[in-house]
Amino acid sequence: MLTKEKAADIFDRIRRFSSADEVEAIFTGSRFALTRFANNAIHQNVEEENSIVSIRTNFAGRTARATTNQFDGESLQRAITASENLARVQTPDPDLLPMPTSEEANAAGEGARATRFFSQTVAITPADRAEVVEGIVSVAGKHKLATAGIYSTSESGEGIFNSRGLANWHRQTLAEVSITMLADDSSGWQKLNSPDVSNLDSIRLAETAAQKAVESAHPREIAPGKYRVILEPAAVLDMVGFMFWDYSGVAILDQRSFLNDRIGTQVFGENINISDDAAHPLQAGSPFDGEGMTRQRVQLVENGVVKRVVYARATARKMKNSEYAGKVGLIEPTGHGFPLPNEVGEMPLNIVFGGPENPQSVEQMVASTERGVLVTRLWYIREVDPYEKIVTGMTRDGTFLVEDGKIQRGLRNFRFNQSLISMLSNVDTMSAPVRACGEESFDMVTPAMKVKEFNFTEATKF
Amino acid sequence: MKTVAHQALDAASVRGVTYADARVVAIRNRSLTTKNGRVGHASESESLGIGVRVIADGAWGFAASADLSRAAVEAAAARAVEIARASARVKREDVRLAPEPAAVAEWTTPYKVDPFTTSVEQNLDLLLKVDAEMRACPGVTLAETGMNFQREESWFLSSEGARIHQTKYSTGAGYTAYAFAGSEIQKRSYPSSFGGQWQNRGYELIKEMKLVENARRVAEEAVALHRAEQCPEGVATIILDGSQLGLQIHESIGHPIELDRVLGMEANFAGTSFLTLEKLGNLRYGSELVNVVADARQEHGPGLGTFAYDDEGVAAQSTPIITNGRFTGYLSSRETAHAIGAVRSGGTLRAESWNRLPMIRMTNVSILPGEKPMTLDQLIAATDDGIYMETNKSWSIDDKRYNFQFGCEIAWEIKHGKRVRMLKNPSYSGITTEFWNSMDAICSRDEWTLWGTPNCGKGQPQQVVGTGHGASPARFRNIRVGSAYQGS
Repeated sequence: MLTKEKAADIFDRIRRFSSADEVEAIFTGSRFALTRFANNAIHQNVEEENSIVSIRTNFAGRTARATTNQFDGESLQRAITASENLARVQTPDPDLLPMPTSEEANAAGEGARATRFFSQTVAITPADRAEVVEGIVSVAGKHKLATAGIYSTSESGEGIFNSRGLANWHRQTLAEVSITMLADDSSGWQKLNSPDVSNLDSIRLAETAAQKAVESAHPREIAPGKYRVILEPAAVLDMVGFMFWDYSGVAILDQRSFLNDRIGTQVFGENINISDDAAHPLQAGSPFDGEGMTRQRVQLVENGVVKRVVYARATARKMKNSEYAGKVGLIEPTGHGFPLPNEVGEMPLNIVFGGPENPQSVEQMVASTERGVLVTRLWYIREVDPYEKIVTGMTRDGTFLVEDGKIQRGLRNFRFNQSLISMLSNVDTMSAPVRACGEESFDMVTPAMKVKEFNFTEATKF
Repeated sequence: MKTVAHQALDAASVRGVTYADARVVAIRNRSLTTKNGRVGHASESESLGIGVRVIADGAWGFAASADLSRAAVEAAAARAVEIARASARVKREDVRLAPEPAAVAEWTTPYKVDPFTTSVEQNLDLLLKVDAEMRACPGVTLAETGMNFQREESWFLSSEGARIHQTKYSTGAGYTAYAFAGSEIQKRSYPSSFGGQWQNRGYELIKEMKLVENARRVAEEAVALHRAEQCPEGVATIILDGSQLGLQIHESIGHPIELDRVLGMEANFAGTSFLTLEKLGNLRYGSELVNVVADARQEHGPGLGTFAYDDEGVAAQSTPIITNGRFTGYLSSRETAHAIGAVRSGGTLRAESWNRLPMIRMTNVSILPGEKPMTLDQLIAATDDGIYMETNKSWSIDDKRYNFQFGCEIAWEIKHGKRVRMLKNPSYSGITTEFWNSMDAICSRDEWTLWGTPNCGKGQPQQVVGTGHGASPARFRNIRVGSAYQGS
């Protein structure tokens, strides 16, 4: 595995090879293993080890990047030359800043340095993974179901070094389990990940997925329309993830954000509070951004009012000199930039929803619902309208009719076309936020939500 | 690199495997973008490594390493065997591979101009000219362009004696003009959206695309959409342009015919398929005019799914998927062929890179053009009342591939054979087989283009590969339109 010390040695060689005014190297190294199962058997089982260095050179306002996964002198030299050649032919960009010094990058503190590296996750072997899958398969067998899913573990290191003295490094582990249980005409699903493998209770997740498959058997079709809907945390995450690209200074400057002309206004219901907080104990990931800047906690939404967006260094400077300067709240670098050069600037990637005053569990939400739909998971979500933030997608793997405070039966899956603005303005009730993961968006700390007037437009055939 | 692959096979062999293959892959990529008159990003990348796939105790194992030293390669092979033996603890039956002659071959994508021999200045100059053309149109608030080249060289060796060396080139480019005004963001893209047009060709593709020549028109259409009427809700006759029809094929034919999905192997992520095995040869998938093939051969065209051999050494083939409307074929692999009684794999196993396990992927899944000469203008002229939609804007389909909804960037209402007015925010939706059975006209070969979809995701860990989809504009009757904005 790539270590900080080894990366520092490689960076010294890169510096010596380069003739650029400034040079930066981003390192990522990982060992990743994933066991995949379907039809109650392991059918794919993989492991890989790879390390990458991505080299950025600066020449007086011109910058470019070249990447290689080979660290011999010839390969490094070729990457440096490619980066330099790509940079030299460009017209200088007046917005390009010098690379940050270590002092500038770490001025906001060193961020979430609590360990996200757990030796028990590293220690998982192929035999251990097979044993976990055996347990999941046994749950499927007990309920006369077929199961499919994954169990994966990884350890990784990532770091950024530059010729102005920056040398930041982060290492972490991650374990993940995702389980689908399938009956003849129904299915159920659960997924969870954590840096610490001991936080994953695969049998409990398998039992929950199995229960969903059994309880949604023989699904009935009901007419599409507007329903009160209980969205489990994974469903919330996969939907709302589509709006966070827009919480970016560059998105405002490019006029491609739904927040253009909306910052400082009541966009969502008063019960919606959203921050970005890489240091949150339920979050994972690196404490620094693509330039090495510490990821700061940013309150994006407060009581439904969008307060501000996030900024890379250059974006903040550009925004302060723009026509939007007085309309977008606090403007300062927040440590959310992507590696340069890029077109999209920055994005909040460690979203944490604020908890409600009176959190209600999903079971309590069901109990207080006269008629509605409980949604386990959503699928194939895409943006239909970028400014009203309408997204479309399907329900999947456990959709239930709720009547008189009880789950009554499984339902055939729906297509929705739903504005995120209106959805987050119609939240009745929320659970306590949890670490959630789905398939359409990045992991978040998010609650389950009961939403009124959720817009199902069609039903499918299963 | 052959020596490296041999070392892996030898190391696996001494550990008692019943099958092993090794792929050494070297990938080089150049990616350039511009945004509003400036370079967005300029980058190059190289990736090199080996993936070793084995069967031991009747089960699969796979390990990959970027370190090509003998010790690391042998360790990767040993790890693959250890993983396979762990897999065998949770198996239902031994893996069976359909027989395949061990090929010894060399092949390179035919191209006229190696894209990596073109200068970055030349590439950026072209993109910036396109950018300037778009921004010369008042009302355009954001102009984005992009160009990509990739060279993938692979050495595939198997314990059965296959020795295959392939080099594939792919090239792509495209652009988008955005117009933000009031409470709407509209956009137009060329030649297609989400990356433009891609093929397995050299720089000659870029030269043929007439990028600069179309930039002003595309920008003007983005601005004009703000003055257009909303696409109505209801049931209508629609005509789809070739690029949108290509994506419709991808989602509602290409994915459901993947045999691994049908067999439940993708149930946790990508999903399964409505095309259960008993439907082969029996299902009326579409109207008599619908003829679809999955064709990886060079003679089909330079699609992103074109190659000489797949990533388990099976020669490129053409499989009839829908023949005169009837469902006739799946995409298969050596492991899955027996499930449909086939004696040979359909040759569709591909991996994103050296560090990924090859899996069933679309090759070039194309609808054949109509035999009767018909241009798009003639098709519109032959349509009394309908909507012509162009260029994908959003796409979504359920996990069995029944219910879909697509949004397009622009549409025109057709009345009495003529385009009478522009419509904004067009969308249509339906059920896969009902949709394809409603096709009553398709344009002929001179309107047929082999489109590239560079961003097809599948698998865990997810792999993104390119697929090809030949299509010409076609007409569909009684289609639900406008539902994307229903109730909003």
